Amino acid sequence: MSRKIGEVILDLQNISLRFGGVKALTDISFDVREHEVRAIIGPNGAGKSSMLNVINGVYHPQDGKILYRGKERKKMEPHMAASTGIARTFQNIALFKGMSVLDNIMTGRNLKIKSNLLLQALWLGPAQKEEIEHRKKVEEIIDFLEIQHIRKTPVGRLPYGLQKRVDLGRALAMEPQILLLDEPMAGMNVEEKQDMCRFILDVNDQFGTTIVLIEHDMGVVMDISDRVVVLDYGKKIGDGVPDEVRASPEVIKAYLGAGH
Amino acid sequence: MGFFIETLIGGLMAGMLYSLVALGFVLIFKASGVFNFAQGAMVLFAALAMARFSEWANIALGGDNLFLANLIAFIGAGIVMFIAAWAIERLVLRKLVNQEGATLLMATLGIAYVLEGIGQTVFGSEVYPINVGMPKDPVIMFESLFEGGIMINKEDFIAALIAAILVAVLTIFFQKTPVGRALRAVADDHQAAQSIGIPLNRTWVIVWFVAGLVALVAGIIWGSKLGVQFSLATVAMRALPVVILGGLTSVPGAIVGGLIIGVGEKLSEVYLGPYVGGGIEIWFAYMLALVFLLFRPQGLFGEKIIDRV
Repeated sequence: MSRKIGEVILDLQNISLRFGGVKALTDISFDVREHEVRAIIGPNGAGKSSMLNVINGVYHPQDGKILYRGKERKKMEPHMAASTGIARTFQNIALFKGMSVLDNIMTGRNLKIKSNLLLQALWLGPAQKEEIEHRKKVEEIIDFLEIQHIRKTPVGRLPYGLQKRVDLGRALAMEPQILLLDEPMAGMNVEEKQDMCRFILDVNDQFGTTIVLIEHDMGVVMDISDRVVVLDYGKKIGDGVPDEVRASPEVIKAYLGAGH
Repeated sequence: MGFFIETLIGGLMAGMLYSLVALGFVLIFKASGVFNFAQGAMVLFAALAMARFSEWANIALGGDNLFLANLIAFIGAGIVMFIAAWAIERLVLRKLVNQEGATLLMATLGIAYVLEGIGQTVFGSEVYPINVGMPKDPVIMFESLFEGGIMINKEDFIAALIAAILVAVLTIFFQKTPVGRALRAVADDHQAAQSIGIPLNRTWVIVWFVAGLVALVAGIIWGSKLGVQFSLATVAMRALPVVILGGLTSVPGAIVGGLIIGVGEKLSEVYLGPYVGGGIEIWFAYMLALVFLLFRPQGLFGEKIIDRV
């Protein structure tokens, strides 16, 4: 493998998140290294999505610190997280249904568009040139994800597996430092899962993008991740390379129940 | 035949004016999923600002340059609408992110009363004229084709033309520019839009501002026709059936809906009116809207309503 795992890029320290009296996350610490594929797994309701939303700035933990590239991150909103290079996909696909595949992925370039509002509105000179540049980048992503044939189709009409791919494409268009994937393989058939795995590994390999992914299908995760965090009832019960995690009695218990 | 065409054209032009108001509804619904009951109040507010600014500027300029006075007034009213948009986002919408549609709807009702109140307190509550130099006299066309020719109201014709241009510009803005794309993105999915770095707050200010500008243009056209007075706010209620017909999410729908209602009103008044004692014009649009609500609730061009079971 050509990529090299680098320094810690994201460091979560003692994160606790409560919704009223409900404890979603309790004192969770783990880190993510640059260029690695980091998975967060756990049974339903373990707090995986909450964790992802904390990283993305949707939820603000009551306790704990988040260090991004060594600096403590202030309380932030998702659109601010996006501008610091954190992109994400959604578990229940959140695409812009009325728009074409191309337009959906183009929205991912939003932050990179520099020309001012007036020029854009008038569709003039530099703005037009810029749009063409971005379009070129988007076409590369479309090629990469092998969705050329549906470029102009409104995403609402696409089958589930392809929508997931467009969702990934939109996140990639942001050229993120860290890509958060919320159950990228949920609800897919075997073939679609294999495709998705291949894309995830290719993204990681070709662009060096750091990937944090949530999944509850253990098999898939173990094959593609460098390191895995295991959550159960909002607590961390395992952390390490896949083989370690798989062998951990606590993880086995969480997944198979106490009787086994 | 000549009379029929004349009625038809009259209807089409009246329809364009309805479309203009309907457009305001559609813009805001598209970008925030809010049905904006304050659209009529915005038309009134913008028209009041325009009428009074124009009056004051005209006095300040010595009364000999109406065009310049109107231009200053237009820019001034535009700025006022921007401030209104900013204030609405800041004071109302920001506090209500992720609330139920009904909550937001009630909030816009509140905004309507506040705008009407402030508008009349600041700008006065009498009837004010707007004079932007619209020609008032009708012209007769196609005299060689039809007996007596076809009479066209020049003012309506220019108004329809302005409306058409505005619609074209807005369509291009929404479909082709990155900002337009961002606006559509916010409309489709708040969460996803934020995740790719689109700030909701700024987007809402832009949308309410654009809707404010549309209200301003509508206010000027209606105001120069009817005079600026409180009843302008109720013009929006006449545009309600238009958006139901055309679909709340579609800019072209607002246009086609407006045209259908404009034509329908005029034709039904002329040809059905005599049998039922007239007055069809007043309720025709609502009847049509009711039929649409029964059989095609998403309107002609609206996005299909698909709910997951």
